[in-house]
Amino acid sequence: MEIELLRTACMCQTVICCRVTPLQKAQVVELVKKYKQAVTLAIGDGANDVSMIKAAHIGVGISGQEGMQAVLSSDYSFAQFRYLQRLLLVHGRWSYLRMCKFLRYFFYKNFTFTFVHFWYGFFCGFSAQTVFDEWFITLFNLVYTALPVLSLSLFDQDVNDWWSFQYPQLYTPGQLNQYFSKRAFVYTVLHSGYSSLVLFFIPWAAMYDTVRDDGKEIVDYQSFALLAQTCLLIAVSIQLGLDTHYWTAMNQFFLWGSLSVYFAVIFTMYSNGMFLTLTSSFPFIGTARNSLNQPNVWLTMLLTSVLCVLPVVAYRFLRILLWPTINDKVRYKVRQDKVLPPTPRRVQARRTSTRRSGYAFSHAQGYGDLVTSGKFLRRTPKSRPALFSQTDSPLAQTQPQFYRTISEREEPPLSP
Amino acid sequence: MMASSYNAKEEDRHQPGATGHVGSGTMTNKMPDNTAFKQQRLPAWQPILTAGTVLPAFFVIGLLFIPIGVGLFVTSNNIKEFEIDYTGVDMSSPCYSCSQSYSWNNTKSCTCSVPFSLDQPFESNVFMYYGLSNFYQNHRRYVKSRDDSQLNGDKTSLQSPSKECEPYRSSDKPIAPCGAIANSLFNDTLELYYIDPNGSRTAIPLVKKGIAWWTDKHVKFRNPSGNNNLTVVFQGTSKPVNWRKPVFELDPSDSDNNGFINEDFIVWMRTAALPTFRKLYRIIQKKPNNMTPTLPRGEYILEVTYNYPVRSFDGRKRMILSAISWMGGKNPFLGIAYITVGSVCFCLGLVLLSIHYRYGKRNSADISS
Repeated sequence: MEIELLRTACMCQTVICCRVTPLQKAQVVELVKKYKQAVTLAIGDGANDVSMIKAAHIGVGISGQEGMQAVLSSDYSFAQFRYLQRLLLVHGRWSYLRMCKFLRYFFYKNFTFTFVHFWYGFFCGFSAQTVFDEWFITLFNLVYTALPVLSLSLFDQDVNDWWSFQYPQLYTPGQLNQYFSKRAFVYTVLHSGYSSLVLFFIPWAAMYDTVRDDGKEIVDYQSFALLAQTCLLIAVSIQLGLDTHYWTAMNQFFLWGSLSVYFAVIFTMYSNGMFLTLTSSFPFIGTARNSLNQPNVWLTMLLTSVLCVLPVVAYRFLRILLWPTINDKVRYKVRQDKVLPPTPRRVQARRTSTRRSGYAFSHAQGYGDLVTSGKFLRRTPKSRPALFSQTDSPLAQTQPQFYRTISEREEPPLSP
Repeated sequence: MMASSYNAKEEDRHQPGATGHVGSGTMTNKMPDNTAFKQQRLPAWQPILTAGTVLPAFFVIGLLFIPIGVGLFVTSNNIKEFEIDYTGVDMSSPCYSCSQSYSWNNTKSCTCSVPFSLDQPFESNVFMYYGLSNFYQNHRRYVKSRDDSQLNGDKTSLQSPSKECEPYRSSDKPIAPCGAIANSLFNDTLELYYIDPNGSRTAIPLVKKGIAWWTDKHVKFRNPSGNNNLTVVFQGTSKPVNWRKPVFELDPSDSDNNGFINEDFIVWMRTAALPTFRKLYRIIQKKPNNMTPTLPRGEYILEVTYNYPVRSFDGRKRMILSAISWMGGKNPFLGIAYITVGSVCFCLGLVLLSIHYRYGKRNSADISS
């Protein structure tokens, strides 16, 4: 029976269940959850909605009108039903986008970092010798790439909130799980594999059997490590730059700041002072000074970065050109509109929305006569102004609806 | 249930208080600040990949990389380099007998002479390298096997070297310098002689200083202080197992090149990153007048004192004479790579331009759901 209900219900655009108990509300939600494999959201404002809110994947509570019970059991809460639109179309969408970008980038960064060691294994007798300096390995995820990723995850937006409302279709990629799936993960791994090949073999080939411009050593382990790690950091930073669609001042500061911090740290760590203070911890003394003044080192870094980044740029450009997603189309439109700014939106008069719904359905006579009979007016409540002085329902008078107080006196039974 | 009074004008700006007891009339405002930061309206640059940015970038990179590549390639081709393998693998090679008869305890060293000829004269400073192949100086256990404090002249480390040096740490007395890297110091001696057309041999002067990094020679490697006589300073330590002479006899004639600061030793201790590598051995300085080339065309002889065994691990030894340019030694890879990447980039730019021309109107289509 319930499957029939579900099937019928899913053929409709909207389903209204009335006169349901709290348990039935929860059961409806669970029915959808069980059979439709969909993500469900329940929104309610009263204590009778608590079970429904708890049953759904996402529970939203409205605070205020009927107290805080719904709020206390919900995942999100706000004051008005209409904020749900903003929650979903703006904040939910941005959150999904940021999470997926963050995950993809994080996997890319770390897989690239690790695969370079895999390739080096072929050239170091598989002795697990690290390509990079041990300090770099420690500080890579902690200092050099932490803040830029953080700023990406905090600030990134594809379109701003106004445009999100204009085009609710932007919400669809989130529903279809398009940004981070098994397929996206496999692409990330392949991308990392390619990047790691470039990041190891270009320095390897460029430095093979070569020397400095004054004849001295440059393919020693320490200089090679410095070259490889700088190439890696530059490549992943540029990749982050490509992923960032919303460059606030913080993003710029964190990205360029992290790169500068890297250079500052290596020059400090490889200086005479650090070596003489803690000899065994900083054996890379002199490496930065002696290898970063070589033109062929910088040319290798430039080649590596370009080779890592260009395929990504070409692929993304082609994808936007030939198979644009809804996201690309809207962003393109945003840009076009920036060039010709649209006429300012007329501010709509806000309608009062404490009127919680404009509809009241009843299959029975309802309680209207309770109001019209004036029974409640015999005792004026202390903290309210006189409201029921008129016999029409508040609805007809287009006034905000108010709660009735429950008098302690037993009410006469209602006639059906 | 509570009664909450609302006013149509106020409800958009205030939220009901957390307690819900509104009867008292006080309302707590939980609305977040309307700042650009908290409302996520920070001013930002929002780039998108349009044809106007991507295609010029491809063309610029292509046009930039190709000349750089050509420059690198031409420079590399102009660097003169000569290499000769003197391991003695074939029976016909001069050093075959030396490579076969090898033992660590030989008091008499084996010498062999390898003749070669240079087709082109070498101008300016010529750098002489020894190269090894299939020698894994980058093996993890090997790389760790050193004591930088001891090499920096620390007295306590001199007498008790680090544990990382095991098993080359001590043999009845602590070893100075300890570790596998020091123990495997390259000890072949190479000498060059020029054969005049009339048959006489002239030795070519080889400069043995100035081959290590300045920071290595002056900061990283220091002899233990205390006495100018290094024999006294290194008392109580023994030489590494596979060395013939102790460290204070590496160059007794020059106190600035003896002990830990011996430049050949320093060059060896800077471990190579790859299994095939070359290390600077000597420098042949250019002649004071610019008329005569440093190494004229003709016949030469390389005299090798064959001390270093490489046959057991199938390694190879070679001697390399090389000139130097602003990009270092002879390596055509970077030039070829730049030319390749530049042309691929340019072609890709053309391809993308044609695709954009044909299909590029899609973005202006209406946005459907």
